[in-house]
Amino acid sequence: MSDTPQGQELSESELRPISRRDFLSLAATWAAATALGLALTALMKFPMPALFPDTSKLFKIGKPEDYPVGAEKVFEERKVVVKRDSEGLYAISLICTHLGCVVSQQAKGFDCPCHGSKFDALGRVKAGPAPKPLPWLKVSQLSDGRLLVDAMKQVPAGTKYMISH
Amino acid sequence: MPFKDYFKNLVKFPKTFRDSLIRHDKPTTDRARSQTVMNNIFLHIHSTRIHRYTLKKTFSFGLGVISAASFFILVVTGVLLMIYYKPSVTLAYDSIKDIHFIVPGGRFIRNVHRWATNIMILSVFLHMARVFYTAAYKETRSFNWLIGMGLFVLTLGLSFTGYLLPWDQLAYWAITICSNIAASPRELTDLFGMTPFFDPGGMMKLLILGSEEIGQDALTRFFWLHCIVLPLAAGVLLSAHIWRVRKDGGLARPDNIKAKDFKGIPEDAKADRVFENAPQKTYGLMCLVRGKSPVVARGPENTIPSWPSLFVAEASLFMLTFAIICVLAYFFNAPLKELANPAVPENPAKAPWYFLGLQELVSYSAFMGGVGIPTITLLGLALIPYLDLEKQTLGRWFDNRIGRNVARNSFFYAAGVTLGLLAFTVKFGWLRNWYPDISQGVIILVNPGTVLVTFFVFWSFLCMLKYDSTRLSAIALFTCFIVSFIILTYFATVHRGPSWGFYWLKSQWPIH
Repeated sequence: MSDTPQGQELSESELRPISRRDFLSLAATWAAATALGLALTALMKFPMPALFPDTSKLFKIGKPEDYPVGAEKVFEERKVVVKRDSEGLYAISLICTHLGCVVSQQAKGFDCPCHGSKFDALGRVKAGPAPKPLPWLKVSQLSDGRLLVDAMKQVPAGTKYMISH
Repeated sequence: MPFKDYFKNLVKFPKTFRDSLIRHDKPTTDRARSQTVMNNIFLHIHSTRIHRYTLKKTFSFGLGVISAASFFILVVTGVLLMIYYKPSVTLAYDSIKDIHFIVPGGRFIRNVHRWATNIMILSVFLHMARVFYTAAYKETRSFNWLIGMGLFVLTLGLSFTGYLLPWDQLAYWAITICSNIAASPRELTDLFGMTPFFDPGGMMKLLILGSEEIGQDALTRFFWLHCIVLPLAAGVLLSAHIWRVRKDGGLARPDNIKAKDFKGIPEDAKADRVFENAPQKTYGLMCLVRGKSPVVARGPENTIPSWPSLFVAEASLFMLTFAIICVLAYFFNAPLKELANPAVPENPAKAPWYFLGLQELVSYSAFMGGVGIPTITLLGLALIPYLDLEKQTLGRWFDNRIGRNVARNSFFYAAGVTLGLLAFTVKFGWLRNWYPDISQGVIILVNPGTVLVTFFVFWSFLCMLKYDSTRLSAIALFTCFIVSFIILTYFATVHRGPSWGFYWLKSQWPIH
């Protein structure tokens, strides 16, 4: 629409900024566009995986007798290390919190080969780009006495599982 | 007699078929040359006549044609490789080995595919720099610059998705890193403690991998993207890109072209002829084209028929590209490491060379280096033609003397800042080494990557103030980013070793 000089009265077409025909076609266009948009958004659910074929994150690690004080066992396939000290048993994930490489155990902690993150023996970040400490994982015991690690459940660092004999 | 006609037609078939195939005379006259281009669906992506400046070698360096040629080579070799490749976790690695060691010519085809990728990445990158520095993104061409950005992203996406397919150690760990970069917005959401409710990073990773870990689903998705979705998208965009060049009036060119610019470029024999405006003729307006309209009553101004000059130039560039790729493919094999082992990472786990600049940034902060800075860079690049609207001469490298000076100064500035910061980081480490308990939020905001960007933006603003020109400040910023990216890529390729440590030479890497 062209600029209306000041003081001049507005003509009829300018008072009515949109004709019925334009209004209806705009409304129809936007309704169609909205429907398409919503359909596409709903379709985004399609590629979201509903099924996880990965190895189970819940796994048994043996009996408490297998872990005398000072014991340490790395589960390579699960990417978890299980340690036992006088206070109890604990499991630390070996997946670097930076970009998911597997950290390797060193004399005083863990080193990540990919971008040089370093963690101490309790998983705290000492150097490198890792944004978080290595997660501590939940340890529990089955009724038959076997121990269970749940890599999906994180527990606060320092939580150790007291073994009851 | 129908029988007589039948046999007569049968005898004449070679000639009638030929006439139906080639529907015009030999392309020796201007008219037949025009028809050659116009009547062929593949050739008509170019106009029938082009400006002579288009063929100036040191203007375009043929980079766009080289990119398109390598894409074509990639499509052909890719289709061939698909005959033997098996996108399955248990079979993929062995099928690549079969291609490499058993299939006749398999090693060569795979190497060509690999080398054409490298050439394409390189030429696409240089082509973008050429278009930027010659200001060929201006006026009517801004949308084509956007299509070019889309092609740039698709090129990187194609090479990235192809990287997983061999299912070897290199592939597995490079994709581990990349998929976790996609998940790196978690650094931000963790900071605000909202990851359990709102996790865009985790969603991205799930979408890419089709699972939480790299497995058959990830391989299927990468295969699907690499062989169907991305090549189709690239093909469509590429056609639109080349067609737009024609619609926007051919390659960008300056208004005043000196005679020496035309050295070695063929000339139209009738160029200096003056055509009288014949009053008995009417001149129809065949189409409306933006920009300068053709002039009546004068010979065609410095244009020549596209056939044969343009097509010969393009065909020779294609052959040159192919020849270089063949030689490289004959002598240098595409790498294939051990079978992927999810328990033991490759050390160092390096992405392909063109992603190593990013990987260096990622080694400071996964989110900033892998998502933040690339997004800012791509957005910045896409916005160039919409923010820099200054009227100027197109088609000259760096515009003029001042542009050259700005580019040169920016080069030294960016090189100095990048090298200085790298040396500082290698020698003294960064915040986490000094204050191990520092919040990740501070690292995201202040890391060598963001420091570099700050330095460059500051420099670009200085140039804007000094020269009062958006174009010159764009040249400053673009040059800074390019130079810094090249240095980071070089640094990560050559000087990063096991555990991403700094080493002058590969021979100094520790044995492990």
